[in-house]
Amino acid sequence: MTSQTAHAIALQGLVKTFRGHDGPVRAVRAVDLAVERGETVALLGPNGAGKSTTLDMLLGLTEPDAGAVAIFGSRPREAIAAGEIGVMLQTGALIGDLSVRELISMMASLYPRPLDVEDVLELTGILSFADARTQTLSGGQTQRVRLAIALVSDPELLVLDEPTVGLDVGARRDFWTTMRAFAARGKTVVFATHYLEEADAYADRVVLMAHGQVVADGPTTEIKAMVDVHSIRATLPAVDADALAALPGVTKAERHGDTVILTCSDSDAAIRALLERYDDAHDIEITGAGLEQAFLALTSDQSQPTVNEELLA
Amino acid sequence: MSTATYTRYELLRIVRNRRVVFFSLAFPVILFLAIAAPNRNVTDFSGTGISMPLYFMVGLAAFATMNAMLASGARIAADRAVGWNRQLRVSPLSPASYIGTKVLSGYVLAGLSILVLYACGAALGVRLPAGRWLAMTGLLLVGLIPFAALGIALGHLLTSDSISPAVGGLVGVLALLGGSWFPIGGHGFLHDLAQALPSYWLVQASHEGLGEGGWGMRGWVVMTIWTVALVALAVRAYRRDTERAA
Repeated sequence: MTSQTAHAIALQGLVKTFRGHDGPVRAVRAVDLAVERGETVALLGPNGAGKSTTLDMLLGLTEPDAGAVAIFGSRPREAIAAGEIGVMLQTGALIGDLSVRELISMMASLYPRPLDVEDVLELTGILSFADARTQTLSGGQTQRVRLAIALVSDPELLVLDEPTVGLDVGARRDFWTTMRAFAARGKTVVFATHYLEEADAYADRVVLMAHGQVVADGPTTEIKAMVDVHSIRATLPAVDADALAALPGVTKAERHGDTVILTCSDSDAAIRALLERYDDAHDIEITGAGLEQAFLALTSDQSQPTVNEELLA
Repeated sequence: MSTATYTRYELLRIVRNRRVVFFSLAFPVILFLAIAAPNRNVTDFSGTGISMPLYFMVGLAAFATMNAMLASGARIAADRAVGWNRQLRVSPLSPASYIGTKVLSGYVLAGLSILVLYACGAALGVRLPAGRWLAMTGLLLVGLIPFAALGIALGHLLTSDSISPAVGGLVGVLALLGGSWFPIGGHGFLHDLAQALPSYWLVQASHEGLGEGGWGMRGWVVMTIWTVALVALAVRAYRRDTERAA
């Protein structure tokens, strides 16, 4: 396999267990993933799903206990040395005592075929503060500089680990606009996020992770429908929970005293059916469930790795 | 890929750091002039046979260069504090080159300190044959190797908050016991202790100025032991830190 025909990313059977206070923590258990050139893939999952550990293994920052990583057919270290990967790690600030322009030039000098520094400053919208010292920047500006560092090697693959955490809505939108312009050059982008909206807006494909496993992998629209769970809470005495669970659009029903909580895959259908059949239901609330809840709903009854195929079937 | 540009910017960062520049350049020069200028005619300082300007020129060069080397390596702690070590691990810069840039920039700063102090020394009447100047400089530069290793070790072991007081305190004690401020007497406990310290031998480089042939066997043995021990410590500290960060 040459680097021209290889997958952009091929992860096979990745496993990583950390030593925790209460025994071993299985951060990643058997992750397989293939990403083609030019794809924009979101790694979506709640905190602790194993996204960062997976990306750390992808980048060679963490050695997997088992499994193999190939980036354009090479080992991570080789792909990094060739300047094929641009990275924005989840945490990290900038070293001080340099201007933004100097810092980008410093990083550009490490790569075999860097982009022109001025072009990168323009692409990432940091020309206006290119002469400012790095320690004086705002959070949003710092993220832009970190993106510029990731882009300066003119990488084929961009890896972003929760790149917009802590940014306000405007800064977040600006960030993705820049990222999209870069992806439009035929680059491969993989980003971890726990915002469904972000995955929905910017990825072609979503890889859903929970408990260290890939629980679903498919086009964004499909995954969104699966994860976009709502719950209906209503006061409704004297109706069996099993009967409620059988309503259209309802995946799960629970009773707490007079209150019922319906977890719904289609809350519109569920609310219509509920009111039609039980017109004494009152104090009704519909809430969008967080990802955390959606994942619990997805994985609660089927915690085996086979969930993957079943969900997509 | 070349690390020349990276090293150049690393150096720029050091030069812009006022505290490092003050303790490695300005402070030693001010002290040297304050101590040596009024005593420029003392030709045999405290029975050493060395003139006061020469003694303090080298004594303060030892202080300044120790500070430059430790402070440069210690900057690794500041890089770690902002996650820069992880950022570099996803860049083509190898860990060895990264540490190399710290050592090299420490040496450049140390070299600058030596040059400035030599110029001040010469202004106060220190006159030596060219060969003596060179031999003395060579001894100072070799004597800084264990300090380069110590700086790297501290940079990986300490946090960015604790590193400044740690480097300041360590340099102060090592300079005092090594004889930067006054010659350590010819015998007794203090003398024995001093002879076991790398800073003592750094200061002793001034004896080269007398044509006494540098350190002698004892000095080389002490310096070699310190170098081996501190390089081992630096390697250990680096590995421990990298494994934890993974």
